[in-house]
This record gives sequence, C-alpha cells and structure tokens, in this order.
Amino acid sequence: MTVRIQTEDFDLGAEILDLRRGNTGIGAVASFVGLVRDLNHSATVTEMTLEHYPGMTEKALAGIVEEAKRRWNIIDALVIHRVGPLKPTDQIVLVAVSSAHRGDAFASCEFIMDYLKTRAPFWKKEQTEAGAHWVDARESDETAAQRWAGRGHQPDSSEST
Amino acid sequence: MITLLYFARLRETFGLSSEQANLPAYVADVRSLTEWLRQRGGAWQEELGQDRLVRVAVNQGMAAPDTAVRDGDEVAFFPPVTGG
Repeated sequence: MTVRIQTEDFDLGAEILDLRRGNTGIGAVASFVGLVRDLNHSATVTEMTLEHYPGMTEKALAGIVEEAKRRWNIIDALVIHRVGPLKPTDQIVLVAVSSAHRGDAFASCEFIMDYLKTRAPFWKKEQTEAGAHWVDARESDETAAQRWAGRGHQPDSSEST
Repeated sequence: MITLLYFARLRETFGLSSEQANLPAYVADVRSLTEWLRQRGGAWQEELGQDRLVRVAVNQGMAAPDTAVRDGDEVAFFPPVTGG
C-alpha cells in the first residue's frame, strides 16, 4: 500500500506496472485519474493551486486505504495526489487497486476516491479571469461517500453513517 | 501551550498559518477552543461563527466539538476539503 503526495506529474502506465511487480495472483487492476478542468461554475479556470496539511494528509489517505482493505479483497493499492500549481488538463490524482477479481478492484477504487474527496485535507484554489477563489465543498461529494456505508465484504462495524 | 494551524481560506483571512498559544483553564475541548478564538473578534469571529462551515483536526485526526484539547496538542482549523 503506497501513498504519495508530490508536485511532479505521474505516469499511469509506469505506476501500474510497478503496482503489479509481476505478482501472478493479480487478475485485475482498476485505476482512476482525476484531471484539472478548464470550466467550473461557468468561469474559465486558468490555473489551480492545491494546498494540503502535511502529515495529516498521509495519515488520512493511509487510513482510507486500510478501510478499503478491510472491506474488499485487495492485493495492493496506490494513491498519488499532486499539490502546488496545476493547469487545465493536468493530472491531479491517481488511485489504482489490484485484486484477484474485477469486482473488488472496481469497488475499492471508487470507494477510495469518494472518501478521499471528503476526508483527505486538500483544498483547491482556482484562478479565473474574474480573480482567485477557494473552491467550495460540494454536497454531492458527501452523498457519494455516504452511499458506501456498510458496503464491502467486511464492513467496518464501528461505522456510524 | 498548544500549536494552532490554519489552512486554505482561514490561513489567508487570518493572515496566519500557525501559532503557539497558552490556553485559559476553561478551554478543554474543540468547542471551547473555538469560542476562545472567536473572542479575538473581526475575521476570527466571522470565520469561526455558526454560519461558516469549519472543520477541526486534533493531532491530525478529524475532531468533533467535544473532542478534548490538551497541552501539547496540534489543533488545525480549515474549510471542508476539496481535493481529488
């Protein structure tokens, strides 16, 4: 299980090859790549800056990956999140999960992403033609995270939602 | 003495990313700490008021209003997260 916070870009192919490392038990790899869009709330975004809480970010992401491990049969997982200045079309985040079968890889990859959106301490500041502003949290992201309550093979009994 | 950290909009509005603070005896949890900071007035009162969504982490774990705050703790204030 690997969590990386970095300013540099990443190479999806190279990262997945590394995640597999010739493990013959892996039958499936699911991955998600998040990108910077040029349009948000009908304003043109020229640049975005990602801020985070060093220390807590790594702990929060490791905790989310551990929770995914409890719920699904996954072999390995990788989370890379970029910070600092980014431009439209840039890659922001990568989540990749390996497992024996596709169901566990698909579900746990989406779960990690939904939890990351609502529980990992990152903040986006957008630069638009009208000036700079901090992006507001979206209720739809919280709704997406809450639908995982009790789901997975071994749901966490302490889960309150 | 505790360490206070501020992120994103709060960091900019307060003009401060971190500080050390000696707490009065009545500050024992996140709720009373927030109330104590609100008494600074101005941006503090506005940003930490009831109508603003603020998240608090104690020692790098998400906290609730009744989470205890003790000497030596690291307490962070920030807006709801927007990563990914």
